[in-house]
Amino acid sequence: MTVTTYSHTPGFYTGDRPQIVTSRFQYEDSYTLDRFLATDGYKGLRAALALSPTEVHDEVTKATVLGRGGAGFPAGVKWGLTPQAVWPRYLVVNGDESEPGTYKDRLLMERDPHQLIEGCLIACYAAGLSQCFLYIRGEMALAQERVAIALNEAYAAGYIGTCILGSKFSVDIVLHWGAGAYVVGEETALIESLEGNRGLPRLKPPFFPAAIGLYGKPTIVNNVETLANLAWLLRHGADEYTKIGTATSPGTRMVAVSGHVKRPGVFEIVNGTTTFRDLIYNEEFCGGIRDDHELKAFVPGGGSAPWFTPDQLDLPFEGRLVGAAGSMLGSGAIMVMDDTTDIPAAALTLVRFYANESCGKCTPCREGGTWLMRILQRVVAGFGTHRDLDQLFEVGQTICPGAFPHAASERLGLEAVPFPYKMTTICFVGPSAYVPVHSALTLFRDEFEAKIVKRTFIPVTAIPVSGSAVTALPATADSVDAVGVGQ
Amino acid sequence: MARLNEDNVRIALETIARYPKARSAMIPLLHLAQQQDGYVTNEAMAHIGELVGATSAEVFGTATFYEMFKFKPVGKYLINICATMSCALMGAEQLMHHAERRLGIKAGATTPDGLFTLEHAECQAACTEAPTLQANYRYRFHVTPATFDALVDDLANGRLDAEIPPHGTVARIRQRIPADRVVGPRSPDDVTTAPEWMAVAPTASGGGQ
Repeated sequence: MTVTTYSHTPGFYTGDRPQIVTSRFQYEDSYTLDRFLATDGYKGLRAALALSPTEVHDEVTKATVLGRGGAGFPAGVKWGLTPQAVWPRYLVVNGDESEPGTYKDRLLMERDPHQLIEGCLIACYAAGLSQCFLYIRGEMALAQERVAIALNEAYAAGYIGTCILGSKFSVDIVLHWGAGAYVVGEETALIESLEGNRGLPRLKPPFFPAAIGLYGKPTIVNNVETLANLAWLLRHGADEYTKIGTATSPGTRMVAVSGHVKRPGVFEIVNGTTTFRDLIYNEEFCGGIRDDHELKAFVPGGGSAPWFTPDQLDLPFEGRLVGAAGSMLGSGAIMVMDDTTDIPAAALTLVRFYANESCGKCTPCREGGTWLMRILQRVVAGFGTHRDLDQLFEVGQTICPGAFPHAASERLGLEAVPFPYKMTTICFVGPSAYVPVHSALTLFRDEFEAKIVKRTFIPVTAIPVSGSAVTALPATADSVDAVGVGQ
Repeated sequence: MARLNEDNVRIALETIARYPKARSAMIPLLHLAQQQDGYVTNEAMAHIGELVGATSAEVFGTATFYEMFKFKPVGKYLINICATMSCALMGAEQLMHHAERRLGIKAGATTPDGLFTLEHAECQAACTEAPTLQANYRYRFHVTPATFDALVDDLANGRLDAEIPPHGTVARIRQRIPADRVVGPRSPDDVTTAPEWMAVAPTASGGGQ
């Protein structure tokens, strides 16, 4: 077993595993056109242009390239959702990666921008998309520079623009960049932002911008990693692609494992078969918990995913199984907490993120997220009450009514509640603020209880008023809770 | 306090020409204004409104939604320390305390010499390299108090000028679309037929037609 890392790509590790999207990371100059062309670059595009658009589309549908952005919707099916005979159609590339714990799109843009461009071109060709907008997160200066250079090179060499490689296929790819807003990763908010507006998600239905998107026209929004798969797929064919991974989750996936592990890193893993135990403990990946501490909990799919405990370690990294177990794979990010972690404080870092990043359009998220954060801040600071803990659930119920997904726990005798949840908001930011609260409080309530300070408290109503008798003072914390404690 | 200068107007018009609707260029133009002045001035927002066909209030409305745009002068170097989960687990809070002591300011403030602004940031997409920070959106990984101090010294002494431009400039390289290669945008309302390569292609079963 070999584990290799490259000084020019900190955080990335390869092993004896198939590489579909990271095969060029080994070269220091992987982002140049010269290196790209020397390593099968733009051969996928040439293969696509030799087929009809419909044949390319069929190939992608056959390969079941699941969306890598979070929802896991197959790309080929998504492209087919555009209404008949409505033109023009657009491609918007979602490079606004900002889910807590996630980074793969940044590496793919920094290390192999031409592979992404090739994927964009293949998608535009297959689905008849006449212009492509490559939306990169505002804070990613290096990724923006690398993609800009690659686009300039590709235009000059005839891979983008009019009559690409002598065919009738003509498309522009426009580099666009954001300015710091997590919610813009949601596809309809991304489109709003691209139209020059505040990045507020649009009302649904229609559930897919493929029906009504950019400028009211059919628009395909695909994640960077999804598109990065297409060049390899077209070079080798759907049959080779589906030989890797499982029937429901073919190909590979980029996964970032961070937190309290010995070797945090980004890995391209075989889809659907690698288990969480492999990823966290195997020498090929993270090599175990730091300083040989015990694993306490982990987030399996980015900050928006309900938490798992060691009970779920043997689950494979596969969307449907993880969904049934009460969480989701999301954008491929695992965050590991060891036994030294203060769980309420850790949950607070995520709740604060979602409360800060709420766009303010839906009341349950705008108000609820902030309330979750404030109540949790009070509990973490040692000023909380038992009533606060119940109130966290109550606020959560206004964002996500009904049973909320969580993992099974042997220790607590809990059964899993499968994903997904019901929600009263347009997009997933609101529920995501409740996710860490609900997971932490359901699985580790004892740690919250330990933070509740038991102290005698004299409610305002019991302060003796001149001339009246002193009434009985509440003596226990519970009776204090019933009155409501100020800070 | 300024509108966009002549060079930047040229870049702005070039940028606007890439989009089917001018308003789409709003965020790139706001970045351009911030690059020119270090922050987004009212005059620049009014100018952008004229260029893309929006009112200055609409430009202000869009601009204020996005965290990267500043409406008051900030330090030459904006230091964003990530505080989200992966970094928090690896000691981001302690790093912030150290940064506050080293720079003598609280998060959100600017040093009196106008050199540094310190801010809390949310996830920077480098979670395995925690704790991380960005100085004018250039990464530093596994930051310790010692490497933080070294970074501050290097920035103050201009030793990192080649790598880290002053606040306002994000990407230093712009996309250039050569005139002989550009397809050019068309108003979405003017297009009613399939693109040429779709129309001539053999239409087998299935697909996105």
